[in-house]
Amino acid sequence: MSQLEIKDLHISIGDKPIVRGLNLTIQQGKVHAIMGPNGTGKSTLAKAIAGHPDYTITEGDVRLDGKSVLAMQPDERARSGLFLAFQYPSEIPGVSIANSLRAAVQARLAEGEELDATAYYKKLYAKMDLLKIDRKFTSRAVNDGFSGGEKKRCEILQMAMLEPKIALMDETDSGLDIDALRIVADGVNAQRSGPSAPGIMLITHYQRLLDYIVPDYVHVLWDGRIVKSGDKSLALELEAKGYDWLKQELAPATA
Amino acid sequence: MKPLSDTDPATPIADEAAANPVAGIDQTKGDFQYKVDYAFDAGTGLTEDTVRYISTVKKEEPWILEFRLKALKTFLRKPMPTHWATKDLENIDFAKIRYYLSQGQKPKRTWDEVPDDIKKTFERLGIPEQERKFLAGVEAQFDSEAAYSNIKDIVAKQGVIFCNSTEGLREHPEIFRKFFGKVIPTGDNKFSALNSAVFSGGSFIYVPKGVKVAQPLQAYFRINAENFGQFERTLIIADEGAEVVYMEGCTAPKFSTSTLHSAVVELVALKGAKIQYITVQNWANNVFNLVTKRGVAHEDAEIKWIDCNIGSRLTMKYPGVVLKGERARGEVLSIALANDGQHQDTGAKMIHAANNTTSNIIAKSISVGQGRSTYRGVVHIPKHLKGCKNNTECDALLINTNSRTDTYPAISVRGDRNATQHEASVSKVSEDMIFYMQSRGLTEAQAMSLAVNGFINDLARQFPMEYSVELKRLIDLEMEGSVG
Repeated sequence: MSQLEIKDLHISIGDKPIVRGLNLTIQQGKVHAIMGPNGTGKSTLAKAIAGHPDYTITEGDVRLDGKSVLAMQPDERARSGLFLAFQYPSEIPGVSIANSLRAAVQARLAEGEELDATAYYKKLYAKMDLLKIDRKFTSRAVNDGFSGGEKKRCEILQMAMLEPKIALMDETDSGLDIDALRIVADGVNAQRSGPSAPGIMLITHYQRLLDYIVPDYVHVLWDGRIVKSGDKSLALELEAKGYDWLKQELAPATA
Repeated sequence: MKPLSDTDPATPIADEAAANPVAGIDQTKGDFQYKVDYAFDAGTGLTEDTVRYISTVKKEEPWILEFRLKALKTFLRKPMPTHWATKDLENIDFAKIRYYLSQGQKPKRTWDEVPDDIKKTFERLGIPEQERKFLAGVEAQFDSEAAYSNIKDIVAKQGVIFCNSTEGLREHPEIFRKFFGKVIPTGDNKFSALNSAVFSGGSFIYVPKGVKVAQPLQAYFRINAENFGQFERTLIIADEGAEVVYMEGCTAPKFSTSTLHSAVVELVALKGAKIQYITVQNWANNVFNLVTKRGVAHEDAEIKWIDCNIGSRLTMKYPGVVLKGERARGEVLSIALANDGQHQDTGAKMIHAANNTTSNIIAKSISVGQGRSTYRGVVHIPKHLKGCKNNTECDALLINTNSRTDTYPAISVRGDRNATQHEASVSKVSEDMIFYMQSRGLTEAQAMSLAVNGFINDLARQFPMEYSVELKRLIDLEMEGSVG
């Protein structure tokens, strides 16, 4: 059973500290929702763990199955089992989803080993059926001219194909109407069972997503730290009382 | 091995090269050279004697020698085109170039007869297995002369002539002379004049009326001696209603001093004929590749140039079509990749000279690192014509912030009964895009390669299968080198 351990993590953008001493362990097969107001470092956390060059980790460690990933390039982190589902996925004009995924699968093979194209397409189509995605979808260029919902489905499909140990899902609900949200959530839920189900860090601003993807744990990120953890009822409480409630509750402790 | 002329016999480079043509050659990164005994060698430098030497070795008719000598005068008289082109042209030292080199072999007929070292070279060129089976039908040029050719026997059954230009001149003067130098006159530019003076090698193809050549005719070109300029001369004639596809792919080893490649390619598509000419150019990064390519399309004829430029130090090449007959069609699909130290100055020319002619230009360029790509286009539709159409698209992709791209489209459409449209775009491979692909497990080089392949994808799809595979591999190699 794989796990991601985040230990006393400090992240800066330039000279500005964003995440300041964060601890969290994510087990494979579990969904950890990370909630918090805007600007508290949720997206920073996900991107820094994935290795985005704009973020500097100044202290602490991130270990996947006991091994630190901090010295690895973003692609090495991905190949060792991390996956980042982007809030704003990039467009890759002219490259079909099928071809980009094929390149990603090929990149995971040993040097000199050739991808079995038949097996690859068989798996791709099985995953698409699981996620109820039309076959024509993968011949389109990655995210090029996609609606918000299509972009997120494309992320979910890539996640399903690459079978990560740990998936970092950054604001997967942003820009989605309720129908698109339901489809995307179904896609995530479809991957939650079975022995290869990833551990998921589900970053969201709103409780709404958690009605569809019910988390095992909820953590509240505030000012670069996790200030409160609980089960799904914490999210409901936050929804009812707002983040201000938490602010007041925390005020005496941090003063 | 002895230089015939004594233009510059004391040059150490010439001496060294004469003693050992492989000396000082960096054989890394797929650049390689096998030792070759050059039975015929015109030495370095260019004089009337050099031209006479070449003509004598080739046992040419007197009219050809006259043609060459006149061309030499034109070449010497014409200035370098540096008023509009890059000053890098001034770095060509014409006195240090070898103008003729031959293994003194007759073109081979079967694969078995091809010498082992040449076969080895082909293997090193990485010709895919799929293409190797085509090799039985390959006209391959090894240095100045074709070292191998046997497809001619196959296509000869249809009455098609496919040989090197020397043989074409010798055995088919009645056809050759009628079209030779007519599409691209000697004085067209300084380098077409140079080619006319010292040309050797290249293909001569004649496809008779109504004959559709089933398989593409292929030729591989390769420079294999230091400081050796390659001056092929290709002439393709498709008679009325005939159809032919011609492919040339070029690779060259890396040399310590600059090398000049200056070809002239003339195409003639008579009434209703179709010619498609495909090039993948991957010269070493010290090669000046200055090529003149033009076709004339008669009534209802079609000429299509597919032109990929990956290698060379400087390429200047603007394939053109003169749309001479009504309803003639011309097309240029062009891909250029300029890496550090390279300048790809490419484009297209479409000269409309009859009613209802159409032309299409799609040019894509990629600049990596300090690489520079330039698009130059000419589209000319005179006032008295009607029903002419042109479409021009040029797209540039920049990989780093210090890359450079320029576009110089010159479109002159006169009269009010013609139509043209022009689109240009410049895009960049952003850091975010690379990070996105890296987060899927691709290395930075693989990510760039995928982005570049995506950029040219719609064009590459129009290429024959084996060429798009080869192109993809070349781009992969280039991108590997571009990541620090």
